[in-house]
Amino acid sequence: MTFDVARVRADFPILDRKINGHPLVYLDSANTSQKPRQVLDAMREHQERHNGNVSRSVHTLGTESTTAYEDARAKVAAFIGAPSVDEIVFTKNSTEAINLVAYASAQLLSLGPGDEIVVSEMEHHSNLVPWQLLCQRTGATLRWFGVTDEGRLDESTLDDLVNERTKLVSIVHMSNILGTINDPARIVARAHEVGALVLLDCSQSVPHLPVSVVGLGADFIAFTGHKMLGPTGIGVLWGRSELLHAMPPFLAGGSTIETVTMAGTTFAPPPARFEGGTPPITQAIGLGAAVDYLTALGMENVHRHEQEITAYALKALADVPGVRIFGPATPEGRGGTVSFEVDGVHPHDVGQILDDLGVEVRVGHHCARPVCARFGVPAMTRASFYLYTTTDEIDALARGLEQVRKVFA
Amino acid sequence: MIDQLYQDIILDHYKHPHGRGLREPFGGEAHHVNPTCGDEITMRVAADGGTLADVSYDGVGCSISQASASVLYELLQGRTADEAFQVHEAFVALMQSRGQIEPDEEVLGDGVAFAGVARYPARVKCALLPWMAFKDAAARAGVNVSVSVEETA
Repeated sequence: MTFDVARVRADFPILDRKINGHPLVYLDSANTSQKPRQVLDAMREHQERHNGNVSRSVHTLGTESTTAYEDARAKVAAFIGAPSVDEIVFTKNSTEAINLVAYASAQLLSLGPGDEIVVSEMEHHSNLVPWQLLCQRTGATLRWFGVTDEGRLDESTLDDLVNERTKLVSIVHMSNILGTINDPARIVARAHEVGALVLLDCSQSVPHLPVSVVGLGADFIAFTGHKMLGPTGIGVLWGRSELLHAMPPFLAGGSTIETVTMAGTTFAPPPARFEGGTPPITQAIGLGAAVDYLTALGMENVHRHEQEITAYALKALADVPGVRIFGPATPEGRGGTVSFEVDGVHPHDVGQILDDLGVEVRVGHHCARPVCARFGVPAMTRASFYLYTTTDEIDALARGLEQVRKVFA
Repeated sequence: MIDQLYQDIILDHYKHPHGRGLREPFGGEAHHVNPTCGDEITMRVAADGGTLADVSYDGVGCSISQASASVLYELLQGRTADEAFQVHEAFVALMQSRGQIEPDEEVLGDGVAFAGVARYPARVKCALLPWMAFKDAAARAGVNVSVSVEETA
């Protein structure tokens, strides 16, 4: 199937908007993606025709809702090649998924002083702060991989960093700020050799490239719905079945239980054990529709399109005087997220002038302050692409940057 | 509309800041950050009786926050606590006005150029960053420049 970006764009109502009198050029999909009509319709249809609570009603609406909710789980499982549907835990977002594992790890891994957790300098704060807190609680030590000048993970210290004291390694699959796609193969192999578990933060990879949890070899992955055409409020933790079975509940409550007496409680098997309270039902159904949409297009095709856009953008940005790109300079081993600075102009000002021209980019430290510190800047400007991004939009970005240079000349 | 934000006065203060650089002696210092964007400012105040003998600062940030610090220096350096209080109050009110206040140039000087910033809610924090740091630094130097500080002092 050929990938037709014009046909894709026709599915996204928001792309018809004008911003400050200019056509919307949305280059902030790494922050949150836009939603196709198919996803919006699926959620509206559910709310208008089938709404009921899940997993606790015998009536028709409750049964339809439960079926739709569990169908969404099955779609997500198939999308990432999970061996079992029960390995898909719905959460609020990636952050909750990572916090769930961090919370459960204290007991699961019997963490204490002398144990080590390994992350990297490339992490989003949500894959750093939960591990800092876990280490504070348990007395374990946090260690991390560095980042090279080219924006790659520095694996030269792998055998020292991941050793017999290491209990868990949690690494980003694709950086939300540098765009780097990490190949986790060596890290996974080393971690498993020393008996450590591996979590991959796939928030930026699952939306953009084919991901198979079996192929990755990790023990857990986390990702979020709103970055992959779905709504906010729904995220996913995938974990190997035997690990999920050994983990204590994180947010306990209704749905998580097996039997409750006043004296104590036994807990349901996964995934119900981790889905306390009424879940985000409509959002899960929206995510299921997003998965259908991406699957119909084919993730290989989505990825190829973004690779082409990224190659075009890297060249266009390099041609603007005074622009310095952070992260890999060529499309190999990187995704469609490109951060840069404009010499002498703060990212806030870059973003403000681009917005005046309808070009929406993210500015700031991108919840990855250590990466900014690593490259010696307080903040960066980031353009991020998706299946609906066109080369015309990249041209609009480049023209906007010329305008930025003019204002601050 | 963007021209109202990036007025020449603001760009001039950004490119050629007045009074920049941390100086000794000082009676109070405050360091403020804007956690969403990473902008930072350190503000120092040296008080001589009821007068602000020196206001010095250093920081990293966007044109709005850095120009705002430069304008603050121009407006408050050498003023009495009472005068500084009036200017501080007027600037904060202007920033919170959503563009509905006509600023008084007699009080705010170059600060009137920030009237356009008030129409950009995401940037108001940038403009206020130095002023909030100044308030804390002044309090630590024993100079109260706002009602809330006086009440708690």
